[in-house]
Formats: sequence, structure tokens, C-alpha cells
Amino acid sequence: MPGTPLPDAEELLAALTDQMRSHVGPDCGLIGIHTGGVWLAERLHHALGIKVPLGTLDVSFYRDDYRKIGLHRDVKPSQLPFDVEGRHLVLVDDVLYTGRTIRAALNELFDYGRPASIRLAALVDRGGRELPIAPQFVGAAITLAPGQSVELQRAGSGRLALVLHEA
Amino acid sequence: MWLDPSNPQLNKNGELHHLLSIEGLPANVLWQILDTARSFVGVTQREVKKVPLLRGKAVFNLFFEPSTRTRTTFEIAAKRLSADVINLAINVSSQTKGESVLDTVANLSAMQADMFIVRHAASGAPYLIARHVAPEIHVINAGDGRHAHPTQGLLDMFTIRHYKENLSNLRVAIVGDILHSRVARSQIHALTTLGCPEIRVIGPRTLMPSQVESLGVHVYEDMRQGLKGVDVVMMLRLQSERMQGALLPSAQEFFKYYGLTEDKLALARPDAIVLHPGPMNRGVEIDSSVADGAHSVILPQVTFGIAIRMAVMSILAGN
Amino acid sequence: MKIHIKGGRLIDPANGIDANRDVYIAAGRVVAIGEAPKGYSANRTIDASGLAVCPGLVDLAARLREPGFEYMATLESEMQAAVAGGVTSLACPPDTDPPLDEPGLVEMLKFRARSLNQAHVYPVGALTAGLKGARLTEMAELRDAGCVAFSQGDAPMTDNQVAFLAMQYAATFGFAVWLRPQDAMLARNGVAHDGQVATRLGLPAIPVCAETVALSSILILARETGARVHLARLSSAEAVKMVRQAKDLGLAVTSDVAAHHVHLSEMDIGYFDPNCHVTPPFRSLRDRDALRQGLADGTIDALCSDHTPVDDDAKQLPFSEAESGVTGLELLLPLTLKWAEETGLPLAHGLARITSDAARVLGIDAGHLAVGAIADVCIFDPAYYWRVDRAALRSQGKNTPFLGLEVKGKVRWTLVEGQVVYESR
Repeated sequence: MPGTPLPDAEELLAALTDQMRSHVGPDCGLIGIHTGGVWLAERLHHALGIKVPLGTLDVSFYRDDYRKIGLHRDVKPSQLPFDVEGRHLVLVDDVLYTGRTIRAALNELFDYGRPASIRLAALVDRGGRELPIAPQFVGAAITLAPGQSVELQRAGSGRLALVLHEA
Repeated sequence: MWLDPSNPQLNKNGELHHLLSIEGLPANVLWQILDTARSFVGVTQREVKKVPLLRGKAVFNLFFEPSTRTRTTFEIAAKRLSADVINLAINVSSQTKGESVLDTVANLSAMQADMFIVRHAASGAPYLIARHVAPEIHVINAGDGRHAHPTQGLLDMFTIRHYKENLSNLRVAIVGDILHSRVARSQIHALTTLGCPEIRVIGPRTLMPSQVESLGVHVYEDMRQGLKGVDVVMMLRLQSERMQGALLPSAQEFFKYYGLTEDKLALARPDAIVLHPGPMNRGVEIDSSVADGAHSVILPQVTFGIAIRMAVMSILAGN
Repeated sequence: MKIHIKGGRLIDPANGIDANRDVYIAAGRVVAIGEAPKGYSANRTIDASGLAVCPGLVDLAARLREPGFEYMATLESEMQAAVAGGVTSLACPPDTDPPLDEPGLVEMLKFRARSLNQAHVYPVGALTAGLKGARLTEMAELRDAGCVAFSQGDAPMTDNQVAFLAMQYAATFGFAVWLRPQDAMLARNGVAHDGQVATRLGLPAIPVCAETVALSSILILARETGARVHLARLSSAEAVKMVRQAKDLGLAVTSDVAAHHVHLSEMDIGYFDPNCHVTPPFRSLRDRDALRQGLADGTIDALCSDHTPVDDDAKQLPFSEAESGVTGLELLLPLTLKWAEETGLPLAHGLARITSDAARVLGIDAGHLAVGAIADVCIFDPAYYWRVDRAALRSQGKNTPFLGLEVKGKVRWTLVEGQVVYESR
């Protein structure tokens, strides 16, 4: 697949929404991981008609690479405007890779309380997992060449797009 | 030397390595601390108020001058970052045995310290320590003599920003014993760096350092004049040993002319906020009705102080 | 021992000489300038071509730290530092431990110094017992033991009645009284000039009035008593002005300034450099400029090193707790040259302040190189740059704000009474 164009983010989001529709009820807590995950979660929150307010997480304080790269310059506040205790939660991220971000998010979530369940939705899964973490909902699985990375971007119009970076 | 000798707080990449004084720090470093602290305020309001950032790091509170209050806020902040905290009140142990500051620091460094929080009665002591510690150790000034109290200055900026959003259109008055106040110096440097357009200092001449205008402030001797139209009133603590003697005749006379009362506060803007670094001398620098009144943000300052110290420690430990 | 100093530029301010002249020395004295005397054959010839030859320097204040402070420095180390700096005569303040307030102590110091066979040491005796400012010392006895003047060192003279009586008593015998003008109460707890830097750094301050209040008392008492008063270590523009006025009115006072004070200001404290903790404090740039000017126009008679070796244990402390003072013997010449060059003065004019003028203040026969003069000589390279680092300093004290900087002017040979006591490659 390297060399082939990346899939269209808007189409993946539509597919992801369809997958989740029958599984994610209006009382589920939807939580986007900064920054791309929050954009996706905002859209999903609206499309799925979820009544619980949207949550956001910045996992900077929980990352295990802090010792190597220090604190992220632009830490956003985490906001969970609902009680996580006993609630079914869905974490939303843009690109699923090693799984370390999700590990950090899980740690942070448990500092807020004990949820009934946590599921994971990702726009793309690029493989390369270093932890036993698997998504329940995924827009597409993609393969990247070594040194490549993929990033979700949002245009001024709100339109989402995937962008490929070469190392 | 891994540090820039002309600005010993920054490493070669211009990142914060020690926090010794607000003076000399670029605005973007201050904004970074304030922004990060905002995220930590969220952490302090959760059920589990701890994050794992400094897990396994050893933070030493080196208090060469006693201060339960400041030491406690640093201790809480470090523990919320999951660090191991070791408290040392040096004035009662090694100093009396004649061990020098640098010997103490060398000994503690050998115990694998990652960070020193230093409080000392002599201006500049944290600079001396910062110059002599191993390169991987970070030093935070928790108050040195009359010189600086940078985390207090930062938490005051955080408080002002919390209530006023924008610092670039504010009139701020700092009132009381400017001469002996490390808090005032840190506040002044923070305000000028962050673009506050008008800073007033108010006090009698005996408590005003010479050429204080060179710091970028306007001097007022009449408190009523100085409070006119200000958005923020920052009161300073008056040490009890200075209340009577050659600096001031009495606490009563000081309160009459420089204590913050409701009628004096009425000269400020109607939405003015009142800060005090604590502990307060009620009836000396501030009237109880003002300290506990609607304009007072003195208690939120304490809460924000923990978030600021968490932000500073986590930024330093990561640089 | 006959030494021929050949091909050098002889600068002898006292005799108005600045020209290429050979100097011929025999039996510890200058025997000829220019042409060799008949039948003269040198035991040794020093090639001084490209170098300056001047009278050995006279330093009005150098602490040798003995007795009492041997852990800071010893007579041996500091006497070596003196000759390495071209200094052949030095006055040492009485602030030793115990202070130089008894003839026995002075005799011991003179004896110890003489046995080292290096620079001439002129003790300044204590004006009051223990420098406590209360009881007069036996000044006449002390003079007989070798004291050339009487002073309080850096210790305060808080009681003006004692100051008045001490001057009267000293005047009775014609002894000189050296006083550092600083009001102890106004300077209380202070460690830095009361100005922008102390305000910024939160350092306890010493206002200029601490100097001028004391100075005005001293000037008035000097006029009342007729004592020969020397004002040691001026630091402010206002003080320079007052001394200038006093001299214009015919008062016979002399004054000095420390060499570091004509170069540094409060700004040099930087971030609490303890090497800039000095007494009196470095003041504003305006004050520094007035000191430079006062020294140029003769209001201030002499430059001195105010040499104070301090060990690291006492110096590597928070600024206000660090012991004050700088090591200075080896920097007196380069700092004097730097001042003269920056002020646009001829070399001879600058050197006068650390040779003939200083000797005049001390009242000793030194600081000139006419035929018949004692052959105390300093031969230096005025254009040679060297870095002031710990290894370069002979003094046991490494405490100087000039550490790490380059200075110009390096002593090559120092002669005391016609003997080479120092030479460098």
C-alpha cells in the first residue's frame, strides 16, 4: 500500500459512525483524545445523538515518553463533564499505532473513577502495536512504510483530511 | 558550562532549567507555565488528584529559613506529580554545625536528588546553589531574602488572568513594604514581562527601595491616589519586626495610611480584585472585611499556587 | 651585585623622565642613568628592550593576612604576589587578628617580612586598641616599632569624640591618620550600593550618604585638629567633590581609591557574584566615572590594590554572607594601565599614582629612580595580554571579579634594593 493515496477521512468517519450507531447508546460517555480525537468525537457526538456532554482528554501528564521528550509545550486541560463511575465509555482517537497513548488515557480515566466499560474507536489503525490494545471500532486499517507517519488535519471549513509525513 | 552564564536559568535551547527569578525569563516561558498550570487546576479538582509525571523522582525541600506554608504547597504539588518528597529544615541541622550551603547541597546531590526547592534568608542563595549543582539537577527558588519568590509571582499572574483574562489592559497596584518584599519584585517582573501597561507601587518612603522606578513602576505615597481606577490590588505582608522602629512608628499608623479598607478599596474599579500572598496580618495591611469580602481572591490564590508549582516542576523535570 | 637594565623605556614620573635610558645599579642603588659610570662592569644585564622600566610600585593597602588569618593567606604567598605584581613597597592595614595595636606585633610582622627579603612592608598601626574605637593605642611606641600611619582599617569609628581626640593626639607627634569614610550606622547590614542593582536583586543597601556623612565629619575634625589625614577608599562622586572642595580650601588631606573601583560598578554584581562584594560597595557608573576623573585631576592622590585574599569557604556563600574584598596585588599594575589608557593619560601620569604619589602619601623614600635612589624597580611589558585565572595568581586569594578576563600589562622583573626578587619568562 505505500505509495497509494491515503483514504478520505470524511468517508472513514462516515463508516465509523455507521459501525458505532447500533452499539453506542445516548447514555454512553464519548471521550476524544487531544487533538485529532477531539475533532472526531465532536462529529461522532453529534451524529450519534449522544446526550451526555462530550469529554476530552490530554494525556500529556500520563505519557511514558515524558522522560525522553519532556512535557508537551501546549498541554490542554482534560475535561470530563460527567461522572465516569459506572458508565460505559468510548475513547476516540485519530490514529492508532503503538497503543501507548491509549494506555495513558486509560490510566488517566481511572483517576476519575471506575467506569462500567471502555471501548476504543479509531479513524485509522496503522498497526505496530507495542501493547495488548485493540479497537472495537475502526474506520480503516492502513500500512505505512518505515519512517512514514500519518496525521489528521482539520481545515477551516471543518473538513477532516489525513496527511502523510515522511521522516 | 551547560547554562548560559548571562541567564543561568535557561539551558542552551532557551528552555527553563532552573526557576530562580522571573527577571530574565522570556514571556513565552511564563505563558507556558501559566497554560500548563491551567491544566493542572483540572487535575486538582478530580477524585484522584495525582498524575504520574514525576514518578521515581526525588524532590528535596531545602528550607534554610522556616516556612511551613510555602513548604507545604511545594510538597503537595510534588506529591500530586507522584514524586518522592524529602523535607529538610536546614536551619536546625547542619547549618548550626557550621556546614556551608554548598557542602549541604553536595551531600544531598550524592543522594540522587532530581530537584531542589530552596528557601533562604539571603538574596541570591539559589543562584549560588544552581551554579554548583550537577547539570541534571533542577533548582526552584522558593523565596530568597528580599530578592525573588517566582512561584508566588506566577501564581499571582495566574490568579489575575483567571479573573481578568487579559493582562495587557490592566492597572495594577502593589501596596506596602516594597523594600523588603521578594514577592513584590517577582510580581513586578512578571507584570512587565507579560505586558501589563501600568504598575503602581504604594508605600511610605522608608519601605520603598531607591530608584524603584527603574523596574518599570510608578510610585505613589498616597494610597488613595494610588488605588484610583485600578483593576487589581496586590497587598504585601508586613513583617512584625518592621512594624515599630525606625521604618514605621506603629502598626496602627501603618494601617491607617496603607492598610486596605473598604473605603479605600472603593476608589478602585468596581470589579477590582484583591490579592495577598499570605499569611495576612488582619488589621495591619488589610481589614478583615476586605480580606473576606467579595473582591478578595486570596483563597483561590492558594489553590492556584499548587497548580503553578506542579506546572513549574513538570516543565523543569522534562527539560 | 651590579645590574645593568638595558634598552628599556625608563618612566620615572617623579623626575619627569619618559625616554629610552639604560639604568645602572650597584650596591642596591641607582648609580647612573643613560651612560654607564666609569669602570662599571655589570654582573648581570637585563635586556629590557620593548619593555617599560619604572620605580617599584607602592601599594597603600595590602592585607598580608598575618597574624590571624593564615588559612586565607600567608606572608609567604602574599609577599610573592606583591613582587609578581611589581609592588616593592606596601602598607598593610592593622585589621589582622589580633589587630596591630601593640609594638610587639608590629616588630614581629616587620621581622617576618624582612626575613623573606622581598617587598618593603610598612605596617599601619591601629588607631584604637583592638580597633574598637574607644581607647587610643600607644602611637609613639608603635611608630618606633615601624608604623608609618594609624588607622581603623575597615572597623568603624562610631564615636566622634574618640576620633577628635585621636586626631589631636596623632597631630601632637605629626603622625598621619588614615580613615575610611563610612558611617557605620548608615551602612548597617548593607552589602551593595543603594541603587538600581540593590533594588533589583533585593540586596541590603549602603547609601552614598553613609560615605559623605562620615567624610564631612572627618574633614571638619581634620581642620579642627590640624592632623595629617588620609582618606582611604573613596567610592562616590559626591565624596570626590567634597574632597576636591576641601583641597581647594587648603586642607592638607590626601586620598586614595581602590584599583577595582575605577573600573567596576554595581552593574558588575550581575547575578550575585560574591567577588563583587567589596567595601565600600561598587557604586553607580556615574560614581565610577567621577572616581576616574578625580584620580586624573589629582583630587585622589593614589590608587591602591586594597588587596584582601579571601578563601573559597568564606567567599562561595550567598552574596551578603560572603566576606568582602578582592585579591589585588597582581592586578594593581594592569588596572592602573587600563585606567590611564581609557582616560587618555600618558603612561607616566598613570604610573605616578602607584609610585611617586603613593610614596608621598606614605611619607617614604621610594617611588623614584634618580641617581642615588634605592633600586626598587619594576620592569614590565605594557602591551602583553594575560588571562586572570586561578593558576596565574600567586596570591592564595583567587577572589577577583576579573577572573577569566584578559588584562594588559605584565611584570617581567622586579628588583628590590638592587636584587632581582621576581622574574617571569
